[in-house]
Amino acid sequence: MLRFLVRRLILLVPVLLGILIITFALARMIPGDPCTIALGEHATQAVCDKYLDRMGLNDPLPTQFLRYMSSLVRGDLGNSIRTNETVTSIVLLRMPMTIELTIFALLFATIVGVPMGILAALRRNSFVDVVTMALANVGVSMPVFFLGLLLAYLFALVLKGTPFWLPPSARLTSGLSTVPLMETFNLTNLRGFPLTLVTFFSNMVVFNSLISGNWKVFGDSLRHLILPSITVGTIPLAIIARMTRSSLVDVLGLDYIRTSRAKGLKERLVVFRHAFRNALLPITTIVGLQLGSLLGGAILTETIFGLPGMGTVLVTSIFARDYPVIQASVVLIALIFVVVNLLVDISYGYLDPRIRLQ
Amino acid sequence: MGIEIEDAKIGSKQVPSNVWLEALHHLLEKRSAVVGLFILGALTIVALLAPIIATYDPIEILRDAKRNTPPCIHLLGCPEDQPEHYFGIDGNSRDFFSRVIYGARLSLLIGIVTIAFSSVVGTLLGAVSGFVGGWTDNIIMRIMDVMLAFPYLLLAIAVVAVLGPGLINALVSIAIVEIPAFARIARSSVISVKEMDFVTADRALGVSPVRTLFRRILPNALTPLIVQGTLGIGTVIISVASLSFLGLGAQPPTAEWGIMLSEERNNIFNAPHLLFIPGFLITLTVLAFNLLGDGLRDALDPRLNR
Repeated sequence: MLRFLVRRLILLVPVLLGILIITFALARMIPGDPCTIALGEHATQAVCDKYLDRMGLNDPLPTQFLRYMSSLVRGDLGNSIRTNETVTSIVLLRMPMTIELTIFALLFATIVGVPMGILAALRRNSFVDVVTMALANVGVSMPVFFLGLLLAYLFALVLKGTPFWLPPSARLTSGLSTVPLMETFNLTNLRGFPLTLVTFFSNMVVFNSLISGNWKVFGDSLRHLILPSITVGTIPLAIIARMTRSSLVDVLGLDYIRTSRAKGLKERLVVFRHAFRNALLPITTIVGLQLGSLLGGAILTETIFGLPGMGTVLVTSIFARDYPVIQASVVLIALIFVVVNLLVDISYGYLDPRIRLQ
Repeated sequence: MGIEIEDAKIGSKQVPSNVWLEALHHLLEKRSAVVGLFILGALTIVALLAPIIATYDPIEILRDAKRNTPPCIHLLGCPEDQPEHYFGIDGNSRDFFSRVIYGARLSLLIGIVTIAFSSVVGTLLGAVSGFVGGWTDNIIMRIMDVMLAFPYLLLAIAVVAVLGPGLINALVSIAIVEIPAFARIARSSVISVKEMDFVTADRALGVSPVRTLFRRILPNALTPLIVQGTLGIGTVIISVASLSFLGLGAQPPTAEWGIMLSEERNNIFNAPHLLFIPGFLITLTVLAFNLLGDGLRDALDPRLNR
């Protein structure tokens, strides 16, 4: 197992390096002179030279790249050109929203998708199977933003006045807000990394309101997350349901299943103890692989439901040509993606010993 | 030696056309694939005949039309003295039906052109990578790995950030992002075939490597590439529409389905049909490509004995 881990980590090095090179190049290739973007159209040549010197933009590219890497490791992501805030503070404020949304969407996709797939597999070619798989087909084909608008129309307008009404925008109902965890738990003397960490979790509205026992905000934040989570989770849900079905169908056709049935085992035991366990491996992988589409979906969904996450930040900074923010958003989302994929790979090796030995 | 030459002849024989006929036959047996083909056929006709079917210029602003007017169809009881607008007027006083029709043209074009580009580039990269091996293989495939290390849409957005918003740039970015999928498939197919006897025979006969690669090896990799291409068109259409929706793709007043949704999103509560129609059509188009792709996968799979 250790060798497997080490090998996986070594394979990660070129990928990480590649991500850094691409994001570094990205910021350099964005059209426009960095000086005029930062200082405005009327900056004189002398002022510009000074600025470029100060920012180290006149150094040779390898030097600049090394500096980029070291500042990234130190957690220094530069300053936003538009608002002059540090990019770190923007990320700390916005990333928790995106992560909350991604987690809830994945939960929704798995909790609904896996049983749907099992049901379809057990009643193969029945009405349930056909309908489930047809829905899965439509789910994969529907653009995230269309589904989001459709849900907003249905739940915010058609169901207005019923208990099923759900809010179509914003993170919390206006007037509600969370208290930073530092204040709730009297952690005002925190500094450095612990402070960053607490701030990060403090900005996860659901988590914050849950552990500080603010039930009103907790319920409200969950209600605001329902529609976005369904929107982001539908494509993964369809893929998970299809995968569960086909993987369970494959396993159910194997000899050992026939044996367990022949020896008179209850059908429930056959399916859940014997078949489902073996079908679980491909399902785990496919669940992990959905992260990419979840993060992409989150970018789109945040703009539809007016949620203040990384997606909204990314899109606004593209229009503002705020390249430090673009660079940081891209590199961070890519890093999260890579790390989660690594974890999925490792868990796969853990679940299936054959993978480790390959 | 004589035997080897004969083997080479058998190996070099072109894929007989009846293999494709057989595949077509299997394809037509699958109801979902037929549905996909039917939808695509209808969409293609609409796209080709767009100038005839559309009743107005899709980007012309109709000065006397009221914004967000609901559909007016004479047959369905709309007064005869009012101008006919099948899908009504959009938020910018344009005939919505004509915009939707021209949108079909653009979406199909986007999907096919983009996939044509990525499949050719990706297949070439993957084939060379698998055929040459060694350092070339390593470098090409590591680059592909890095591209796959980004979430799909994120990488496309990053490329658009560099190129600047616009339909062509959105196409380029999606085309780049689609390359690794084809490269991987082509590479693995090439590797699985290149040690086979008919390739060795080619080498023994002194056939040039380029000819061996393109005439002998690549035809064997065609099946998975066709399937990936068909499914990829659907993905591309959704992705370009997504970029347009974010304002990074097609720019107004282009008649593109994604941008129609973003232009009309504020009208969702008073004129929802302006969103439902293009949204439904994107879904339908992508669904058709997906059904066809799944059907092709089954029809072209020789392991499924029928």
